[in-house]
Amino acid sequence: MEIFGIPSQALFGQLLIGLINGSFYALLSLGLAVIFGMLNIINFAHGAQYMLGAFAAFLLLQLTGLGYWPALIVAPIIVGLSGILIERTMLHWLYKLDHLYGLLLTFGLALILEGVFRNYYGSSGLPYQVPPSLQGGHNLGFMFLPNYRAWVIALSVVVCFGTWFMIEKTRLGAYLRAATENPTLVRAFGINVPRMITLTYGFGVGLAALAGVMAAPIYNVSPQMGADLIIVVFAVVVIGGMGSIMGAIVTGFALGVIEGLTKVFFPEASNTVIFVIMAIVLLIRPAGLFGRST
Amino acid sequence: MVTFVVMTLVLLVAPTFIYPVFLMKALCFALFACAFNLLIGYVGLLSFGHALFFGWASYVTAHLAKIGTVSLPFWFGSWKWLVIPLPPLSPELAILGGALVATLLGLVTGILAIRRQGIYFAMITLALAQMMFFFALQAPFTHGEDGIQAVPRGMLFGMFDLSDTTTMYFTVLVIFLGSFLLIYRIIHSPFGEVLKAIRENENRAISLGYKTERYKLVAFVLSATLAGVAGGTKAIVFQLASLTDVHWTMSGEVVLMTLVGGLGTVFGPVVGAFVIIAMQNYLAGFGQWVTVIQGVIFVACVLLFRRGVIGEIAHILRIRL
Repeated sequence: MEIFGIPSQALFGQLLIGLINGSFYALLSLGLAVIFGMLNIINFAHGAQYMLGAFAAFLLLQLTGLGYWPALIVAPIIVGLSGILIERTMLHWLYKLDHLYGLLLTFGLALILEGVFRNYYGSSGLPYQVPPSLQGGHNLGFMFLPNYRAWVIALSVVVCFGTWFMIEKTRLGAYLRAATENPTLVRAFGINVPRMITLTYGFGVGLAALAGVMAAPIYNVSPQMGADLIIVVFAVVVIGGMGSIMGAIVTGFALGVIEGLTKVFFPEASNTVIFVIMAIVLLIRPAGLFGRST
Repeated sequence: MVTFVVMTLVLLVAPTFIYPVFLMKALCFALFACAFNLLIGYVGLLSFGHALFFGWASYVTAHLAKIGTVSLPFWFGSWKWLVIPLPPLSPELAILGGALVATLLGLVTGILAIRRQGIYFAMITLALAQMMFFFALQAPFTHGEDGIQAVPRGMLFGMFDLSDTTTMYFTVLVIFLGSFLLIYRIIHSPFGEVLKAIRENENRAISLGYKTERYKLVAFVLSATLAGVAGGTKAIVFQLASLTDVHWTMSGEVVLMTLVGGLGTVFGPVVGAFVIIAMQNYLAGFGQWVTVIQGVIFVACVLLFRRGVIGEIAHILRIRL
């Protein structure tokens, strides 16, 4: 069977890879958007914290024997707590300054984290096994679907929409959105906004770490795994605009799929297609597809 | 002005005490950092993609000096190559060619990036630079991972042999001082005053009738061009253009140099470049830890030391440097 002269196996295979990448773009840009909304800081360390999540899973297995399923819960909590520590000791002091200082500080943190792990674990990837319960796959007739990949896409969709639901539809989310609009007023109502900011950063970082654990069996665990990814995610964020949570999710998945399709039809451009789309969006709709104009 | 004379004198006698190749490297990066500072320090635009101009200019310069012939792909029904047969160019023309390409890249990047402000500007420049990194990785003339090696230093204006280290050093020094004075002139011109007004309050500048987008674009292109001059000079000095120069870590390094020296000070980036290059030289034995140390310096500068070395001195002495 062929579609547009391309064997359907190859087409659906790349589509699947695109959806997987899209899952990670969505999770990471979602975290960036949540953090930016509350802290007004672009978290450059997001890629490094995604890497930390993968390493946390790897080390939990090596040192304590905790497997994939516990790591899926424990690793984001550990990394999220480290994020809370960073917010309390460092980011906390920057809110009154230009946003750029937050970017520079988190860039420095990313250099430190990646440098330290490269020293101890080298540059080559370390393998992390797919959990036994998710090994194997199903033949759908038109393509072969590995179970683990299906799980990653499903979990990512659930987590993304769960976050969206929490922020847009619950009471806690209403506090968050109110504090984003006008922190002083929300504080006057007796809500502890600084603590909310701290927890938001921890939550965003935890999301990155969760993505890292999910990525570990697919991409291997390596110190650089987040460095190049974060730049693509920045482009995704520019395309989607950080104004809306749903925008970040939809853009993430859509761009993953577009990138996957580019690999089929025009492989030379697969690395750059997202940046090209970003340039086009900037020319047509500078505020981003879902963004409010600034 | 006194400070400028002191700096010139120090740099004139420096090669008798310090290894000239180190000095040349530091001067190239000092120029790069000054070009970068023109944007962050005086317009308030943080470009996180300046390696794009530095690296591509160094590729173009290296190619022109070594091979010369330029082949450009164009679309005419199918992809064809427009071949301009050129002999290997002399170093000054090669650097000029590199700077020209940096100018063009700066124009295109600038038009896109100034459509958003603040934090988005940084992300857009970073993303575009990453895109051009992948082009550099795939384009045949850059030789991918190997880079362009064994670039001849050649004869400057057909008269001065640059393979002699002293001649090379003074050539680099002249390029650096010339560009430095140009930046100084730009900053203290009426145009520079408008840039500073945009940095302080862009909306107010707009309400006063200034077309701030144009001013920002011109400043961006100027900064890109000068970064290109720095990159081209570096390619001639080290006879090498490689992927390191276009990678985002290079963009990070120039931010660090400017931050250490002092954002928005005239001499800060020069001092910052010397500090960071010296650190890289002396700590080379620590291998990967250099990245970690650079990260720590970033964090320390942002938290404790936002004025930078020169900024702090200027603050204590209550003068402008």
